[in-house]
Amino acid sequence: MPIAVQLPALSPTMKEGRITRWLKKEGDRVSAGTAIAECETDKSNLEIEVYDDGVLLKLLVAEGAFAPVGSTIAWVGKPGEPIPETAPPAVTAPTPAAPPPPQPVAAPRPAPVATPIAAPAPVASAGRVRASPLAKRIAEAEGIDLSTITGSGPAGRVVKRDVEGAASRPAAKPARRAVAGVRPPPDTLPVSGMRRVIAQRLTEVKPGVPHFYLTVDVEMDQALALREEAKAQELKVSVNDILVKATAAAVRAFPRINQVFAGESIQQLHTVDVGVAVAIEDGLITPVVRDADQKGVAEIAEEIRELAERAKKKALRPEEYSGGSITVSNLGMFGIDSFIAVLNPPQAAILAVGKVEPKVVVRNDAMVIRKMMSVTLSGDHRVIDGAVGAQFLQILKGLLEHPLRLVL
Amino acid sequence: MAELTYRDALNQALAEEMARDPRVFVMGEEVARYNGAYKVTQGLLDKFGSARVVDAPISELGFAGLGVGAAMMGLRPVIEMMTWNFAILAMDQIVNNAAKIRHMSGGQLRCPIVVRGPNGAGGRLSSQHSQALEANYAHFPGLIVLAPGTPADAKGLLKAAIRSDSPVVFMEAELLYGLKGEVPDGEHVVPIGKADFKRRGDDVTIITWSRMVSAVVQPAAAELEAAGIHADVIDLRSIKPMDEAAVRESVAKTNRVVIVEEGWGYAGFGGHVADFIQRECFDSLDAPVLRVHGHDVNMGYAANLERLTLPSVQRVVAAVNQVLYR
Repeated sequence: MPIAVQLPALSPTMKEGRITRWLKKEGDRVSAGTAIAECETDKSNLEIEVYDDGVLLKLLVAEGAFAPVGSTIAWVGKPGEPIPETAPPAVTAPTPAAPPPPQPVAAPRPAPVATPIAAPAPVASAGRVRASPLAKRIAEAEGIDLSTITGSGPAGRVVKRDVEGAASRPAAKPARRAVAGVRPPPDTLPVSGMRRVIAQRLTEVKPGVPHFYLTVDVEMDQALALREEAKAQELKVSVNDILVKATAAAVRAFPRINQVFAGESIQQLHTVDVGVAVAIEDGLITPVVRDADQKGVAEIAEEIRELAERAKKKALRPEEYSGGSITVSNLGMFGIDSFIAVLNPPQAAILAVGKVEPKVVVRNDAMVIRKMMSVTLSGDHRVIDGAVGAQFLQILKGLLEHPLRLVL
Repeated sequence: MAELTYRDALNQALAEEMARDPRVFVMGEEVARYNGAYKVTQGLLDKFGSARVVDAPISELGFAGLGVGAAMMGLRPVIEMMTWNFAILAMDQIVNNAAKIRHMSGGQLRCPIVVRGPNGAGGRLSSQHSQALEANYAHFPGLIVLAPGTPADAKGLLKAAIRSDSPVVFMEAELLYGLKGEVPDGEHVVPIGKADFKRRGDDVTIITWSRMVSAVVQPAAAELEAAGIHADVIDLRSIKPMDEAAVRESVAKTNRVVIVEEGWGYAGFGGHVADFIQRECFDSLDAPVLRVHGHDVNMGYAANLERLTLPSVQRVVAAVNQVLYR
């Protein structure tokens, strides 16, 4: 039985490869490990090796031609062995099924049931990942997305050493500790097959940047007490300043939110820069507090005041209002209860903050009055999922409700 | 502890068990006056007399049947087959009577018989006399199948076989009879169904039995060790029942398995081992289980063809490299 030589995925993002040169010709004897062709991928030129012993029975791709990953490019077998007439179909990333054509309807159809976009139904796998059972188990335990790993085994099989390598890569580790004065560059992460499908499908529904929204109510009594305490120390600190500090601390604690969708890749930022939306004459601008996680609330307050002043004079330099991890947009001072903000690209998250207001809430089965504030996160669903946004908001809520944590 | 050949270790087990239990007797072709075709029964006639060391005519089915009947009536026969190739003639008695009589009599009758003899290639004996047949017998419910690879295990397992109340197929190897090794004196009984780790390592599990242990796997493991690959070498010793716990423990550690058997691969016993591993150890595997076995051809008489047909050190090393993705 001849064995099909399939074009391996030589890089995580590779979808097709160009056979630049055959290193062996039909009839040549090959053994496991023999390089038979040179292949140009989206990243580099690599050699394709065979995994079996035998004779090259047939080369299926002309030099210079492209072949999709997983497609059969050659057959290896015993001399003179016939190759199967119908070659196995090339494995390509499945495209999402086209929506069924609309059926003519006589009677009015019931309104479609709304599906919350923040919790999408499981998206079909964007292509089978070959992995050993052990590698799958390790990946699951370590929370590693197998489709982001290039397998080193036969036909690109992901094996133990590949997932162990991924687990020990710093990029895969949570929470990199910030070092004062050091601004590490972002890491470029591959877009996994699943992420790619999520991004593609949600952009079909919501063209541009597909937003989703999560709202949480935060008890602000302790944060306000902190502000009073600061005031007593003659430090001018606003709720918004505390909010910016808490946001920065939450991003640092949960770096998964600190990602930016960049088409063919995802940028994992390692700096925490918080944009602050400032209303100015006929518009708004979002100056950015750099390394807000490393600054104290008073320092942040001073910086925001200074940036806002220059913003109103339209005296900001472009680098002072570009980039950033996340933006805080606060309309509380205008008496807004809650609202939904539009993302500030390329950032993948923005917080819309309403006013702080005493409200009757239930604590320990009793009605009590607490100063409540609504925070709504808008997320870029191409890179952030509902669960990720929710975990981030939980951390943020915890920090705002127990602001002592911001200094501990 | 003395250094004995595999042959003398078997002889010691027979003599000790015959001395211990008067129900034990030996029967087979040339076992008495000629002292055994391979001299395993050397001296037994002189020691125990012609009532307990019985020369049988060249009639394997007949004397296997005599043994089955004797066992059913309470004796403990040890039937020597000049080779397991000849025992094919006696297969009906072994699989249809010995293996089944306890079941078919509703437990009224037992068949504590041992059928023993050399199995596998003997060195240029051509196709009819070079067969490794353990898979055939392991297939039948009701039989115990043992295949010791060392002199110590030959003695310890033969004693366990003679004491077993179930019929035992005891497979030796002509090329092992001269193998020397330390053998404990006196009461040395190796439990049936217990494997032996011949070497401990974390990188790969090599599972084997019988002659392959010393002839192929241990030299291969030494070669791998020199290359920095540490193999866990399991000598199953007991084909049926198999020591599943030992296999499980090893595979959980190494994640990679090579099974080495002398016999043919097609429906060979290694296939059963591989089946067990994929079912019970699926989540531990980092590579497909590979098998090294005799090629699926009838054995050539020519020495070079025989060498090519049987598993070799090189084939084992290559398989280990493959499961290690090296």
